[in-house]
Amino acid sequence: MIAFADVNYFEPWWIQIVKALLIFLVIFGVLPLLTVYERKLLGRFQHRYGPNRVGPYGLMQPLAEIVKFARKEAFRPTGSVGFLFRLAPAISILTAVGGLALIPWGNVQNILGTRIGLYGIDVSIGPLYVFALGGISFYGILLGGWASGSKYSFLGSMRAAAQLISYEVSQGLALVGVLITAQTLSLTGIVNAQRGMWYFIPQIVGFLIFMVASFAETNRAPFDLVEADAELVGGYFTEYGGTGFVAYLFAEYVNMMVVSAMAATLFLGGWLLPFGIHPPGWVDPFVVLAKMMLFMTLFIWIRATLPRLRYDQLMSFGWKVLLPLATLNLLVTAIIVVH
Amino acid sequence: MIKLLNVLRDYLPAVVFLILGGAVGGLFSTLNLLTGVRTRPNLNRSTPYECGLPSEIQRGFRFGISFYLIAMLFILFDIEVIFIYPIAVELRSFGGFALGETITFVILLMIAFIYVWRRGALEWK
Repeated sequence: MIAFADVNYFEPWWIQIVKALLIFLVIFGVLPLLTVYERKLLGRFQHRYGPNRVGPYGLMQPLAEIVKFARKEAFRPTGSVGFLFRLAPAISILTAVGGLALIPWGNVQNILGTRIGLYGIDVSIGPLYVFALGGISFYGILLGGWASGSKYSFLGSMRAAAQLISYEVSQGLALVGVLITAQTLSLTGIVNAQRGMWYFIPQIVGFLIFMVASFAETNRAPFDLVEADAELVGGYFTEYGGTGFVAYLFAEYVNMMVVSAMAATLFLGGWLLPFGIHPPGWVDPFVVLAKMMLFMTLFIWIRATLPRLRYDQLMSFGWKVLLPLATLNLLVTAIIVVH
Repeated sequence: MIKLLNVLRDYLPAVVFLILGGAVGGLFSTLNLLTGVRTRPNLNRSTPYECGLPSEIQRGFRFGISFYLIAMLFILFDIEVIFIYPIAVELRSFGGFALGETITFVILLMIAFIYVWRRGALEWK
């Protein structure tokens, strides 16, 4: 049995730190552009332009906004618990950014005579690492809602917790089919196992369940019951303003990127290209980024298309449809693979 | 000890990411204290959001039992996922025996699931 992923070499510690910093900086640079992209696209879906005043094509919009947010008064309501009120958004960001470490951008490459893996970590527990961080991220939401001392925040955070844990089960079970076929939890191993065929073809049911659960996990429409502004004002971040509010949005976008990368890696062949094209190694990260953008566009498109669900529909869909379906997918895959 | 050190080397980039996340998170949640405008404290403005009436909210108020039920069910099924992951990775090399075990395990869980469903724990009230 393999105790650890086949990492039989160690990169020097400074390379590990530098590549972690580099990945983080790239994501940190892409993220603001992504918010512009979403608003531009939403604008187009609704026959308007979206932001186009600040900078060329409105690209400087996030910069203007962060200055505005930073100038806001540090507000907290009277009934709130100050320390936890400030801590909660930080926890959300911490867990979201931690998930970025797992994204595999490419295989182990030979760069200037050193072997460097184009990923943050490639560990034997693979997706479980992201699930573990996801478990901690509940604290960011629950503490934020509870510490605000507001009815809307509290109800929003309870809803968020119930929704997230309901769909996390289906999300986890949807991956089991992939694991049975790939026989490894290491994400680079799973990508390499897809050289013959990308898993979204044999695992189409698992892929669909994973995507639906991912929409719910990242609180995106049509599952954005957590921040349902028509009934809950803003959910768990009702009382947040200024950069605390930005922190929650930041965490949401990073989570979307992590989930997109996971979907691209597990089901869409990671850095592989179809039709037997083998580009040189430096193209790999761009392939992964392109596949991630594909999923981000899907996230935005669905947001513009589908109306929000009702809460009881959401819960019964998660438990009565997705969970049995994921279990069935698991059993069928197991039987087919073994025989 | 050596093994622990090796594990730590595997996770070094993750530690860097967590530190960066903590730094950015800390920055975002305290930036307003440093750069935001300062105004005189105002009791009316700092009450929690409410529609009209003064808020009489305490943190200890009661809410639906359904949330607790969902949380308990979550533990049951999340443990199922955790148990299935290792066996899923090795399923092909273990062959028929492991398959039989998995099917038995899942069927037992599904019996519990159907019981919970029939008792109405999944109906949202």
